[in-house]
Amino acid sequence: MSTETRDADRGEELLAQVCTALATGTPLLIQGGGTKAFHGRLGRGALLDTRGHRGIVGYDPTELVVTARAGTLVAELDAVLDASGQMLAFEPAQFGGQATVGGMVAAGLSGPRRPWAGAVRDFVLGCRVISGHGKHLRFGGEVMKNVAGYDVSRLMAGSLGCLGLLTEVSLKVLPKPRSACTLRLDMDVPAALERFTEWGRQPLPITAACHDGDALMLRLEGGEGSVKAAREALGGEQASPAFWTALREFQLGFFAGPAPLWRISVANDSRPLLPDGVQLVDWGGAQRWLKTTAGSEEVRRAAAGAGGHASCFTPGACDSPLHPLPAVLMRYHRQLKAQLDPQGIFNPGRMYAGL
Amino acid sequence: MNILYDEAVDGALGKVDARDLFAELRAAMPDLQILHREEDLHPYECDGLSAYRTMPLLVVLPERIEQVEAILRICHARRVPVVARGAGTGLSGGALPLAQGVLLVMARFNRILEVNPRARFARVQPGVRNLAISQAAAPHGLYYAPDPSSQIACSIGGNVAENAGGVHCLKYGLTVHNVIGIEILTMEGERLKLGADALDSPGFDLLALFMGSEGMLGIVTEVTVKLLPKPRVARVLMASFDSVDSAGRAVADIIGEGIIPGGLEMMDKLAIQAAEDFIHAGYPVEAEAILLCELDGVEADVAEDIERVRAVLGRAGATAVSLARDEAERVRFWAGRKNAFPAVGRMSPDYYCMDGTIPRKHLPTVLRGTAALSERYGLRVANVFHAGDGNMHPLILFDANQPGELERAEELGGRILELCVAVGGTITGEHGVGREKINQMCVQFNADELSFFHAVKAAFDAEGLLNPGKNIPTLRRCAENGRMRVHQGEMPFPDLERF
Repeated sequence: MSTETRDADRGEELLAQVCTALATGTPLLIQGGGTKAFHGRLGRGALLDTRGHRGIVGYDPTELVVTARAGTLVAELDAVLDASGQMLAFEPAQFGGQATVGGMVAAGLSGPRRPWAGAVRDFVLGCRVISGHGKHLRFGGEVMKNVAGYDVSRLMAGSLGCLGLLTEVSLKVLPKPRSACTLRLDMDVPAALERFTEWGRQPLPITAACHDGDALMLRLEGGEGSVKAAREALGGEQASPAFWTALREFQLGFFAGPAPLWRISVANDSRPLLPDGVQLVDWGGAQRWLKTTAGSEEVRRAAAGAGGHASCFTPGACDSPLHPLPAVLMRYHRQLKAQLDPQGIFNPGRMYAGL
Repeated sequence: MNILYDEAVDGALGKVDARDLFAELRAAMPDLQILHREEDLHPYECDGLSAYRTMPLLVVLPERIEQVEAILRICHARRVPVVARGAGTGLSGGALPLAQGVLLVMARFNRILEVNPRARFARVQPGVRNLAISQAAAPHGLYYAPDPSSQIACSIGGNVAENAGGVHCLKYGLTVHNVIGIEILTMEGERLKLGADALDSPGFDLLALFMGSEGMLGIVTEVTVKLLPKPRVARVLMASFDSVDSAGRAVADIIGEGIIPGGLEMMDKLAIQAAEDFIHAGYPVEAEAILLCELDGVEADVAEDIERVRAVLGRAGATAVSLARDEAERVRFWAGRKNAFPAVGRMSPDYYCMDGTIPRKHLPTVLRGTAALSERYGLRVANVFHAGDGNMHPLILFDANQPGELERAEELGGRILELCVAVGGTITGEHGVGREKINQMCVQFNADELSFFHAVKAAFDAEGLLNPGKNIPTLRRCAENGRMRVHQGEMPFPDLERF
């Protein structure tokens, strides 16, 4: 299936694969483009490749909704939306063009616009999922508001494939901004963090704010009038928007180098006492990337001390890459997993050992 | 089938001795207010859906989280069902009590714990009113975006339970998009913190799962909401149309132009007349439909968007377009819309509000279908809706004192919701399933999907003690009701164009 490039509905085959796994008690390793081995623990199990099940099954720009099969490439979806002047506002990475829509939702990672536009899960309107009981189910839909039943679609976002096999997702899309501008402002990290909290309280058209260690990078998007006014008020010099693509794709120089990479998620105004290393501040302060050789205990203590959490994004550098959960919360995670995937066939151990 | 809890189809409930339970609660918490006399229980026998009433076994009004924890532990040990209630403004009977259950009223948890203007969040207790959050944030130039019509009265805990919306959802999102963390107590009395002060938290997205879960998975004890900077300006355009079809097309054209209005609302002729009689908002009573389009943001962008929307409206065939001249007129334009429900209430002894949401392109089909159903059932229907996001609120006018009218209204409502499902929509956009739409859930979901929902529930409340009978119907109910979703080719409304 992996060489398939044409649109095809392989739902029946995927269902049969899951049913066979259930019948034989074989764990499955769900994989799309295989671009996110750095996120979570290493999987084990029989490979289930979603890439053959691909294609956009519905897109009407005036409805602001697109529905795509899980194996559809994010790059392809981006291109289709772009042609209609629309976008996935959470700015997902394409990872060399290989990332799939299913993996994008299952991993739940969002790009630079996240604090202003929302995360992947905020744009998920509906999904189809093959359950741990061997059924192909549909939840949510193609409408903006839907509170019938539990919000299974959003639960699936970021679940790393541990609760079922996503086969199709419906996503809210938004028009691309009419005007955009990237600015570079010279200041250090503490000054940038202070600015972020000031600007956050004003209705400025900021849609990305990052300090890359050298300077503050800012993106303004909106109507021409608001972008021009903000640009004049904020100062700085114009820079290339390619910065945001490189940031989203983990291609900035910062991400190279041997030290393990940590993602630290904290309140935007917090000042975590991070261990030695190099830091990149994204999401207007709410996401900090840290390259450090410090132990995981030390990094996590710093993150938790600021009310946040830390995940290790370098495979093999840490036994539990995702921040450990409190015992009570972990128990409810196990109970949910046991209910929805009673035989434990979907990506066992991908998120946490024993889950 | 009676909408009230029916053990034969909704599941058996344990027999509870109210005196024993009262004695145990009293002994454990001498200062807990417990209501048990009939006259004290009366005010709690229904929520905002007043057509359905049940006297609860007991009403408890805790003031400390430890009390809620103790109540849950005692009820869990005794297998007593617990129904949570906030301000009681819900429109789907989500807080309808059970004769064999305790009604847990969270309204006294009404303190704002923290407003953090730097990190832009507010931490509040669940009984805090929606509007009170924005008022507390106002001195910092911030506000809480979701604004359900009941925002003066409804509580944030109830907003979480229903994933409440409002008129600004298309641009600013629902409750799920604006809450960053909650604390809950499980039925076993265990505390969980879901979400964080950060933008995400590790593990499954249980925060999203709890949004709109209607008190079925846990009791919300604290809520942290995101605060946004107030837009500099908001202007509203009102456009009249001589048909609802052309108004519907105008909505698609505005979105197609790449504009996401802060609010985009439509009202049909009956709703316009009702609102105008009541509020004197200056609505054109001769129009078949009006659109209210609010544009907010920075001055320059708003001015530009007003011109673009004006042009779109003209092309779409608007017979008149007027821009609210000042803030007073803007507020008046909105007052008609925000008071549409009570305005319709003046035209009829009773009304019944539906909440279906559809892909917008099917608006003309669904409106025509609704008009045909209205005629067939001999009941007037006024249409008010959040046009931007396809969330319709048909208001069915009836008189409960006329024998059979309530039943006819219920059936008509059910048919409208089935029509929404048939065009690819949902039975509820923001009011919740509660008890009201329990039968229509059988139309929207098949047995396997309902079983999946029951499995989710079992992970948090294995004994099914939290709000039994709401949100997810038993398979038994669906079977008895004969409304289980039929397969393709046999769907209701076979004449409809398929999506």
